[in-house]
Amino acid sequence: MIIGIDVGGTHTDAVLLDTLRIKKKAKVVTNPENLIESLTAVTEKIFSGEDPGDIERIVLSTTISTNAIVQGKTDRVGMILAGGPGLPPEMLRIGEDTHVISGYVNHRGIRVTGTDSGEVTRIADIFERENIGHVGVVGKFSTRNPGLETEIGDTINGRFRHISFGHLMSGNLNFPRRIATTYLNASIWDTYSVFVNTVMEYVGRMRITAPVYILKADGGTSMISQSVGYPVGSILSGPAASIMGILSLKDSREDAISLDIGGTTTDIAIFADGVPLLEPLGVTIGGHKTLIRGLLTRSIGVGGDSRVTYEDGQITIGPERDGPAVAFGGPSPTPTDSMIALGLTDIGDRGKAIKAIQEIADRANHPLDEMAQEIFDLTCRTILSAVREMISEINNKPVYTVHEIFEGKRISPTVVYIVGGPAGPMAPYIEKMLGISSCVPEHAEVANAIGAALARTTTEVTLLADTEKGEVTIAEEGIQAPIPRGFTHQDAMDMCEGTLRKRALRMGAQEGDLDMEIIEDQTFNMVRGMGSTAGKNIRIKAQVKPGLIAGFRQEVSDVKQ
Amino acid sequence: MSNSRKRTGLIFFPAFDWAISPTHPEREERLLYTQDQVFEEGLLDLDNITEFKPGLATAEDIDRIHICVPDAHSVITQSHLISAGGAITAAEKVMQKEVDNAFALVRPPGHHAMRIVHGARGFCNINIEAIMVEYIRHTYGHKRIAIVDTDCHHGDGSQDIFWHDPDTLFISIHQDGKTLYPGSGFTDEFGGPNALGYTINVPLPPNTSDEGFLFALDNLILPILDEFKPDLIINSAGQDNHYSDPITNMSFSAQGYALLNDRLSPDIAVLEGGYSIESALPYVNVGIILAMAGIDYSHVTEPDYNPETIRQSQQTSRYIEQKVAAIYDLWKGRASRRADLVKGRDHLHRSRDIFYDTDMISEHQEETVRICDECGGLITIASDASPGSRIFAVIVPGRGCPACRKEGEEIFERTVKGPYQYIYFQDRDRDIFLVK
Repeated sequence: MIIGIDVGGTHTDAVLLDTLRIKKKAKVVTNPENLIESLTAVTEKIFSGEDPGDIERIVLSTTISTNAIVQGKTDRVGMILAGGPGLPPEMLRIGEDTHVISGYVNHRGIRVTGTDSGEVTRIADIFERENIGHVGVVGKFSTRNPGLETEIGDTINGRFRHISFGHLMSGNLNFPRRIATTYLNASIWDTYSVFVNTVMEYVGRMRITAPVYILKADGGTSMISQSVGYPVGSILSGPAASIMGILSLKDSREDAISLDIGGTTTDIAIFADGVPLLEPLGVTIGGHKTLIRGLLTRSIGVGGDSRVTYEDGQITIGPERDGPAVAFGGPSPTPTDSMIALGLTDIGDRGKAIKAIQEIADRANHPLDEMAQEIFDLTCRTILSAVREMISEINNKPVYTVHEIFEGKRISPTVVYIVGGPAGPMAPYIEKMLGISSCVPEHAEVANAIGAALARTTTEVTLLADTEKGEVTIAEEGIQAPIPRGFTHQDAMDMCEGTLRKRALRMGAQEGDLDMEIIEDQTFNMVRGMGSTAGKNIRIKAQVKPGLIAGFRQEVSDVKQ
Repeated sequence: MSNSRKRTGLIFFPAFDWAISPTHPEREERLLYTQDQVFEEGLLDLDNITEFKPGLATAEDIDRIHICVPDAHSVITQSHLISAGGAITAAEKVMQKEVDNAFALVRPPGHHAMRIVHGARGFCNINIEAIMVEYIRHTYGHKRIAIVDTDCHHGDGSQDIFWHDPDTLFISIHQDGKTLYPGSGFTDEFGGPNALGYTINVPLPPNTSDEGFLFALDNLILPILDEFKPDLIINSAGQDNHYSDPITNMSFSAQGYALLNDRLSPDIAVLEGGYSIESALPYVNVGIILAMAGIDYSHVTEPDYNPETIRQSQQTSRYIEQKVAAIYDLWKGRASRRADLVKGRDHLHRSRDIFYDTDMISEHQEETVRICDECGGLITIASDASPGSRIFAVIVPGRGCPACRKEGEEIFERTVKGPYQYIYFQDRDRDIFLVK
């Protein structure tokens, strides 16, 4: 049996799956001040009467990291940056305690300027005086030569509660994002550690021996014990759970759109050949662009309970939500009210809904039906225009080879999955407007928890082999090793795949779930002097892509209470 | 240094799967480290910098300005359509006011490709800036355009294409042709008879450093631009003037490039040459992008940058001062020089020999231009290229006047194939391109 738990903003949902059928579901109200309490409450509900020995795995999707960052409940972090030439240092500062030191690694990963350990020690002294317990060390191009960062770490070793290193955050290039990611990681390290310890202590008390996983922003999982060094990995797991949930309820190999129409916002995601797309570089959180691997989602301020206003002949939907629909006692008219007035759904107090819409209709001098229809149409159109824009952005993403310009894949969705309260009434209209078939999956109200439960372990590694330099680096694992001049592309591929496999297994993947994909594979002839080949510059990036654990079957049958 | 942010478009096409040959300077690796640097700096995350995918140029875009023998598709590959398309996309974004300026960081380059194209020369097949310029005129109406070619090599292809065009000011600043390919670009190459003075060549001695380039910019190029009053300034931004470039001998630096770009303030910049792919290009391009975007570029320096070791000699400085003064006088006296040149003539003729080093072709051209006060003048060219191509071209200029057009139509009509394999008629204003 598998347990999946999704801690949402309003509710915490849990499912107990028995050989991939829903055996039980449970829901509690989330206590934002005490997530552990919500977790334990829902776990006890789902768990009562079950034998701990029967549990194979537990997956948690929590908002602990997201909340800490978004609410600014983070620790002060001292940043040490080795940036060399480029953007002015003022543009790289983050938080109140950024220090830029000398030391530069270039694009080849060659250390051009060394660091001054005296300078580093003096900065550590300053941090200590300020009672800063967390430090982030980030160097430009550190993914190609982790040595500079680790040396800085060695110099200040033991003086702080925790040091986060840039090169371990991601193998992607982007120094400002690497800085932001490292900073955020260090800033929530304590909060997250406390959370993990509490969870493990609770799990111990309940005599559960199954591994506990957390869900990450990329729709994949990691064993909770392995996640402690990388707390930012667990941000934005809510939308990821929702998307993995859709995947679990409707397995398909097509290009698709998913819409999660909530009360305040609608979240949009795109699937290519059945696999959800990832942000090219990393997600944005708390106003920071990062390198944190995450699913590509867009959130727009239009939802079932968005405030509808009418001014100067224009109807506006959202982005604010004043409360539930008038039909449920809310203060202002909403798209939900318009759907009730149109008879598309029979929830709530129809009389109140009609009255609310009539009020706007009178001001606009339109008949009731027309006004309700206009509000409903505008809601659908606004969502769809965001969808089209997103697809267009994806299809127009710059590419860098002749082959991709002419043959590159274009997303052409054939189905749109819709979940959320208004999904049912909206589906036929969205279907018509997009010209593709729609699907409103069953059990959508616990799709998040199911998605979390069934998500497989994901991760990526980035390899750079430079035979002229005689070195290979794999940033995410901190690997920096010599290679012979005759190191071939196949050697690089084998090393990359081997490293990915080890990393995924360590994070808790099962042998049967190592569906590895090569996402970048380029080899460049390095020529120096007049026409002589000096070496090969080999770049390979491999991932275990988001998906569901092996053995999953599409059918999910009825719930037993 | 400018402090106000500008919206800058970047069209980046490194063509990672295309090369002239695996070990040629124009190979897949050329812009690899530049991409690494631009990505690592996070430039594309900045609010005011937007990256665009390049569009594709069409045969029509090429035939508007070139005479390709036998036709456009025979002398290019797909990568050329993307490179020219990238320049066009840069222009579109600026003309549509989606951005304030744009940089097409694309390969392969184009400024050695002349009007008549028998093959590749100087690593170029088609002239991506010329194609872009005529695309702009075709789509947005006729414009006065200035092209400032700062590549280390004389932009002989661009010079050829705009030689007779008084509405296109072509300024090339480069290492003296006596010391470097293509061996041209001397001060007396001053423009065709109807456009005398609108081609300006500024040959500089080897080992010129930042001071020399910026002196010429401030004391010659900017004043001339001020007087010409172009609607658009285009920078053919070659980066082989760098002190570390392997095939040239100048001493320009990343800071110098950034300063030049800042002061010139081009609407569109297009990459040309530049082959110091590790030590120069990454830093030069970051500098140019920041300068165009109005962001502080003062921290963009090569790790081994030492201005003392690359400073030009006093002798070089004096030489450049004199040269600049002489060229400016030439510019000032262009109208009277033209009057002398065309007195009593209704046509002028020139013979030229052109060598295509990349494809090993030798071409001989006999060119005639009609003297005209209304437009650039009708051009006819007989071109003879080894190994065995003979063609004749009739070219009606942009904003061609009725008399020149009439003469062109008559000549095309009456010229018989005889010795020629192909006879071409090009009239870009009316979208006409005929081959017989």
